[in-house]
Amino acid sequence: MSVRVFVPRDSSALAVGAEAVALAIAAEAAKRGEGITLVRNGSRGLLWLEPLVEVETAAGRIGYGPVAATDVAGLFDAGFLRGGAHGLCIGKVDDHPYLVKQERLCFARVGVTDPLSFDEYRQNGGWRGLENAIAMKPSEAVAGVIDSGLRGRGGAAFPAGIKWKTVLETAADRKYVVCNADEGDSGTFSDRMTMEGDPFVLIEGMTIAGIVTGATQGYIYLRSEYPHAERALLAAIDTAYDRGMLGPDVAGSGRAFDLEVRRGAGAYICGEETSLLESLEGKRGMVRFKPPVPAVSGLFGKPTVVNNVITFASIPIIFDRGFAFYKDFGMGRSRGTLPIQLTGNIRHGGLVEKAFGVTLRELLYDYGGGSASGRSIRTVQIGGPLGAYVPESQFDLPLDYEAFAAVGAMVGHGGIVVFDDTVDMAKMARYAMEFCALESCGKCTPCRIGSTRGVETIDKIIAGRDRGTDVALLESLCDTMLNGSLCALGGMTPFPVLSALKYFPEDFGLDRDRLARAA
Amino acid sequence: MDPETSQRIEVVVERLQHLPGALLPMLHAIQDDLGYVPPEAVAQLAKALNLSRAEVHGVVTFYHHFRTEPPARHVLQICRAEACQSMGAERVATQVRERLGVDFHESTADGAVTLEPVYCLGQCACAPAAMLDGEVHGRLTAERLEALLATLKVSP
Repeated sequence: MSVRVFVPRDSSALAVGAEAVALAIAAEAAKRGEGITLVRNGSRGLLWLEPLVEVETAAGRIGYGPVAATDVAGLFDAGFLRGGAHGLCIGKVDDHPYLVKQERLCFARVGVTDPLSFDEYRQNGGWRGLENAIAMKPSEAVAGVIDSGLRGRGGAAFPAGIKWKTVLETAADRKYVVCNADEGDSGTFSDRMTMEGDPFVLIEGMTIAGIVTGATQGYIYLRSEYPHAERALLAAIDTAYDRGMLGPDVAGSGRAFDLEVRRGAGAYICGEETSLLESLEGKRGMVRFKPPVPAVSGLFGKPTVVNNVITFASIPIIFDRGFAFYKDFGMGRSRGTLPIQLTGNIRHGGLVEKAFGVTLRELLYDYGGGSASGRSIRTVQIGGPLGAYVPESQFDLPLDYEAFAAVGAMVGHGGIVVFDDTVDMAKMARYAMEFCALESCGKCTPCRIGSTRGVETIDKIIAGRDRGTDVALLESLCDTMLNGSLCALGGMTPFPVLSALKYFPEDFGLDRDRLARAA
Repeated sequence: MDPETSQRIEVVVERLQHLPGALLPMLHAIQDDLGYVPPEAVAQLAKALNLSRAEVHGVVTFYHHFRTEPPARHVLQICRAEACQSMGAERVATQVRERLGVDFHESTADGAVTLEPVYCLGQCACAPAAMLDGEVHGRLTAERLEALLATLKVSP
C-alpha cells in the first residue's frame, strides 16, 4: 500500500528548502521501490521545524523536522515510512506541545489537508457554512455575524457584522466584496499561510459575504510579494468555478458570485481600505476621506464589504458551527480566536491560534521558547510597523483589543516581532519614521512632511546637541501626526516612536528617570 | 519604442481592456512580459483607457513594484522590515552590497543582478529573508547567503 508523505508547499517551508526535500524523497522512494504518495500540504505553523515532513501511519501522522535534502536517505534507512525512530523525529504531530493547546478554528485545515483538494476541503467541514448561509434570511445572517462578536482581523477590529449590515441595507444596483490581502505588516503571515494552505476557506468566506449582502462580484487584493499565494488562489478559484461554488449559480442557490484576484504593487498604504479601493479602481493608492464609509460608497462608488483574509476565513466555521459557538471563545469584547504570529528573534517562531485572553508571556516563553539568540527578550513590537514597542514589564497583558489599547498598544493583525537585548531602540524609532516617509501616500501633511521631519529630529536627538529641545519637538510632532493625519499610517507611526522613547530613553542618550521626573 | 514592444503592449491592452480598473492589471502584465514598464507605454495606455498621460505616469511612479528601466538578468530583493532586522537584516544588506558592489536600486555593471529592498515577504519566522527571481529564501546565515549569491554568476 502506498504511504502518504507530506512535504509542505507553504512558502516559508520552500524558503528553507522544502522543494529539494520533496524531490529527494520522490527520488529515494523510486530508487528503493517504495510506493509513496507525496502530498504537498500547507504548513502546520511550527516554522522552526520546517521543512517538516510527515508520514501517515496507523498511529497517526509522525513528523520529522527540520529535514534537509541530505537527511533523506538516512530517514529511509531509519524506516520513517513506518514512523521509525530518527534524530529528527518529533513524534505524532497532533500531540506536539505547540499544537495541543491551540484552538484552531481558522487554521483547522492548514497543514493538515492538500490545499488544492476540493474534496478534502469538503470532507473536513468545508462548504457547510455556505450551505447554511444560503438557507438563511440575509437579515438573520448579518445579525448572526454581529452576535458572533467577530471583529475585523486586519488591525482595526471593527465589528464585521456591522459592515455587512450596512452593505445589506444600502440599496444599489451592484455591490462588491473586497478582501484585503495586502498583508504588509512586518511580523505577519497568517493571511499568507491561509491563502497558501487553505485557499478554499477564503473563497467560501467571501462567497458567504456576497450571498448574505447581495454582492455579486468579489476581488481579492493580493500583495505582489506573495506569488505563491497568488498561484494557490488562482488554482482554487478555477476549481471552485468548475465545481459550481462560484459563478452564476452558487451551490445551486440561483444566486451569482464571481471572484477575481487583483495584484497590488508594493505600496504599504494600500492595506488601508480606502487606498486599496482606489488602487483596485486603477489609480494611485491615495487615502479617501471618510465618510462616506466603503460600506455605503466603496469600490466604484458602490456599497462594498471590505474585510481582511482572516476575517473572511473565520466566517465559514461561524456559519457551520453557529454564532454562539464562536462567541464562546475569547474575553471581554474580543470574541473568538486570533491566529498569532510569533516572529523575529524567537526560538520557536510560528503560528499560534488561540482564543483572546492568552498573555504575551505565555506566547513568548511557553510557545516561543524565548529568543532565538538565547539572549534576554528586551521588547516586542505588536501589530506591525505602526504598533507600539512593549517592554518586559507589560508581558502579562492578556491579548485583548481593549487591554492593549489601555496601555497605548494594539493587537493589530496579531503579529509579534521579538527583539533581544542587542536592539537599539533609537534606531527602531528612526526606522518607524523612515518607513512612514517611504510609504506615505502624500495626501495629508502631517504624514507626508511629519515623517521626514521625524527622521531628522531623531537624528538630532541621537547626535545629542540639544536633546531637551529636540525631544520636546519630537513629542509635539508626534502629537500633530496622531491627531492630524487622515489615516492610520501617519496617525499611528508615533506609537512605535513614543513607546521606544518612553520605555527605552537610555537608547536616545536620555536619562532613564526622565519620564519619572516629568510625571 | 520599437514596433515589437509596442505590439506586445497592444496585445496586453486588448486582452485586459474590458476589466474595470484595468490600469494596474495592464501594468503588471507589461512588466511580467517585458521586465519593466517602458516610459513610452504611458501614452499608449493613456489612449486606451481614456486617461491623461499624467494620470498614467502618476500611477506607474506611485507603486514601488513598477520599474521604468529594464532589470538585470536576476532581481534580488532583500527584506529590510522589523522582523528581519531583529535577526540581522543589516548584516545581510551589508554583505550583499559589498559582494555585489552596488547599492539598493542599482544593478551590477555586468547586468547580472538588480538589488532591491523589500518591506516584508511574510517569512518573519524564518528571518532574515530574501527573494530571488520570485523564489523566497529564509534563515539567511552568511554562508547560505554566500551560496545564493554564488548562483548569480556576477563577474568579479
